[in-house]
This record gives sequence, C-alpha cells and structure tokens, in this order.
Amino acid sequence: MRNPQLNARGELTHLLTLEGLPREIIVNILDTAASFVGVTERDVKKVPLLRGKSVFNLFFENSTRTRTTFEIAAKRLSADVINLNITTSSTQKGETLLDTVDNLSAMHADMFVVRHAQSGAAHMIARHVGPERHVINAGDGRHAHPTQGLLDAYTIRHYKRDFGALAVAIVGDILHSRVARSLIHALNILGTPEVRVIGPQTLMPAGVESLGVRVCHDMREGLAGVDAVVMLRLQSERMRGPLLPSAQEFFKYYGLTPDKLALAKPDAIVMHPGPMNRGIEIDSAVADGPRSVILPQVTFGIAVRMAVMSILGGT
Amino acid sequence: MPLPDAEALCAELVKKLRPVVTAATAMVGIHTGGAWLAERLHRELGLTVPLGRLDISFYRDDYAKSGLHKSVKASQIPFEVDGRHILLVDDVLYTGRTVRAAMNELFDYGRPESISLVALVDRGERELPICAQYCGATHAVPKGAMLRLHRDDSGRLALRLDA
Repeated sequence: MRNPQLNARGELTHLLTLEGLPREIIVNILDTAASFVGVTERDVKKVPLLRGKSVFNLFFENSTRTRTTFEIAAKRLSADVINLNITTSSTQKGETLLDTVDNLSAMHADMFVVRHAQSGAAHMIARHVGPERHVINAGDGRHAHPTQGLLDAYTIRHYKRDFGALAVAIVGDILHSRVARSLIHALNILGTPEVRVIGPQTLMPAGVESLGVRVCHDMREGLAGVDAVVMLRLQSERMRGPLLPSAQEFFKYYGLTPDKLALAKPDAIVMHPGPMNRGIEIDSAVADGPRSVILPQVTFGIAVRMAVMSILGGT
Repeated sequence: MPLPDAEALCAELVKKLRPVVTAATAMVGIHTGGAWLAERLHRELGLTVPLGRLDISFYRDDYAKSGLHKSVKASQIPFEVDGRHILLVDDVLYTGRTVRAAMNELFDYGRPESISLVALVDRGERELPICAQYCGATHAVPKGAMLRLHRDDSGRLALRLDA
C-alpha cells in the first residue's frame, strides 16, 4: 500500500507523520527551510509562492504558538489564512468532522492545518479530501506532531551539523508526547546513532525500545555525554493521579538543572517545544542559560513550516 | 554550428563592462550558472561591493505547474539595494522568465536605482519584453534543448548542450 502522504509520483502531498518518510524528503524539507530563514531576515519577509491560495487552520484543540507559527508561515508565503477555533463553533452544534471539512472545501480551501485530540484525525481528513487539497498534521492525540519533529531536527542540524555522530536525549513525559514520537522518527531516519529517552517508568510507553531508543530512568546515566537535550512539557493534568507523585518530586529527579546539564557534553544544546513549566521540567538558570536554543527553535519553526507548505502546495 | 567558447565570451564581457563599472556598482548572479559567471566577472573587474547571489525558486512563475525546485539555495544580497546600480548576471538568456523572477526578488530587498542585464549567451525565443544590455554572443539552439554553463574543478567555464 502506498504511503498516504505521497502522491503517485512519490512526492509529499500531505504531511501526517514522519514515520516511514524517505530520508531525501526530510532532508529536502530541512534544506528548503534553510533558504527560508534568509527570507525571514529581510525587510520584505514575503515570497509569492502561495499567492491566491487559502490555508485553513483547523484547531480542534487549543494551541497558541503552533497556530500562530503556521499562520505566520502561510502569510509569509502570501497565502490567505483563515483561523477556525472549532472548539467554539460548529462541532459544538453537532456537525461531524468531515462535514466541517466538506464545507470548508466548498469555500475553496487549498490547505488544511489540523490539530485534533484524536490520533488519526489528520489522516482521515487527508483520505477524504483527495490529492488537490493538502493536509498538515499539527498534532493528533499522542500520535504525531511532524512539523515539531522537523523543526527540532532542523535546530539540531543547525548547531551540530552532522547527525552521524550524535547522542540526543529526550526527557520527561514520553508516554503522552507526540513531540517525542515525531522527533524519534526524524532522528532515526536522519541516521542518529544514539537516541535516549529518559523519564519515570510510569511515563514511558510500553515497548518504546522498538523505536530504536535506549530507555533510561536515571538522568545521570541518560544525560552522560549527550550533544542535545530535548525537554518535554509535563502537562499539569498528569501531575494529579497515579502517574506522578508531585511536581516537586518530578523536578528533583527529572528537572533539568545546571548540575544535571553538566553531565552532558560541554557544548550540548538544550531544547524545549514550549510552553515551558519553569521549576517543573526545567530550571530557569538552564532555560535562560547560554546553551538554551529554545527561542531559536521558535524562529526555525516558521521557516520549517514555510518549507513544508511550499513543498506540499507545489504538488 | 559549434557552441561559443565560454572563456572567450567571458573576456568579451569584461571588456564591455570595464568602462561602465564604478566603485558603487553592485553585481548579482543567478544560481547556478549565472552565479559562476558573476564570480568570475566580479573578480576580473575588481568590484568592491560584495557579490550577491539569487536563487529564484521562491519566485518562479511555474511553481503551480512544476512545484518547488529541489535543493533551493539561500539568496544572499550582502549590500543595501536601495539606490544601487545593479548588474544582474545570468549564463543563458532564453524566455526571460528567470530574469523577471530575479527582478521581483531583488525588489523585495529594496528599490535599486537601475538594473542592467548581463548574459553570456542569448539563445533567443523570448516570451517577455526583456533584453540584455551586455551580452557575450547570440546563439540559437533547437527549441527544448538545454543550453547550460558548466564549471570544472579548475574553475574553467564551458557551455554545453544537454538533451
């Protein structure tokens, strides 16, 4: 069966997950993004590629940063952007997801950027709309957040150049993290020899080793000698209930402090997809410290999303 | 008819450009062949404003038909465009669409005082009202054939007809 993201010519026409994507497609996205970084530094930060096209941001789940960066990316490609905050609209009145999509397609939508709490929602829309419209998954349940995985990979490549000799640690709530899953796929496809996931047993998905990562429950072991540390957000709703005793205890064992970061390589970079919980998964001294690349990640995220949209829009 | 010798055309362009360049003249080459030619001309003419390079992939008018080109390079314009006299350099002038895209991109950096077009070869068959102010030679090739500039390891330039 063909990868549902690729058209008959093997070109990327939807971006739903990084899992199973050919390496050259990912490398092409990262290379294209590098060219867009230059555009975003000019006086006129726009190029005409998506002039006359309409991009619909369909956010069934709240997000400010991701929605905003998609909106900026689309506008810098000269597209018209329509933001729909669906949690407060038709679905509340009982409309189904595909009816919503059909209505928007009738309004001549060219591209949908979809965030949904349900894993597989973007896939379903992509199957439904066919090849003339393009779908980008902006996060579906615990499954995937491919543009975040790409911008994380872009950031690592920017600072470390070659994936072939790197050790990368992903720390925190791996269980609920679509960011972790997408980054693990990206790092594997790009040939990273060592990817470690660090976190308590209760926040580690069963069988995560099958993704080709090394599982550590101890920060000292997990951070030793790594080139990049990716901290994940601990979602507050997980701090109640049986998975975690308390935020303080989590910080004690898994929060990134200057002491723990000292175990990594001296030039290791620190990343975080945002929004950060200071004092829970990351100490302010690290978040604001010289090795933090958390804000450049946001800037690169726009260029990466411009690259994805312009590649999809051209197929 | 044999293809013209790129090295001889280069020398010819240097001769034509020498009297018109000044200390304020800026030069921009279009990726890839135009940038090679521009590197050569920039050096031989001793221009002091740093050389600019454009990859016009984000401005092509065939994006809707052909999609985004693979291996897009970053454009670099390392000088203030406003008020500048710019020599825009390409290897082969053909339909004129590349030049139009390059001018559109340049104007997103600023408002140049003037733009003049420098081409190594004009192969004719223009589709837009564009002409080169400084041209090495005119040379017709069969429609659909690809006339391209190549550069070998020693930096030597040569024209080739690719099927």
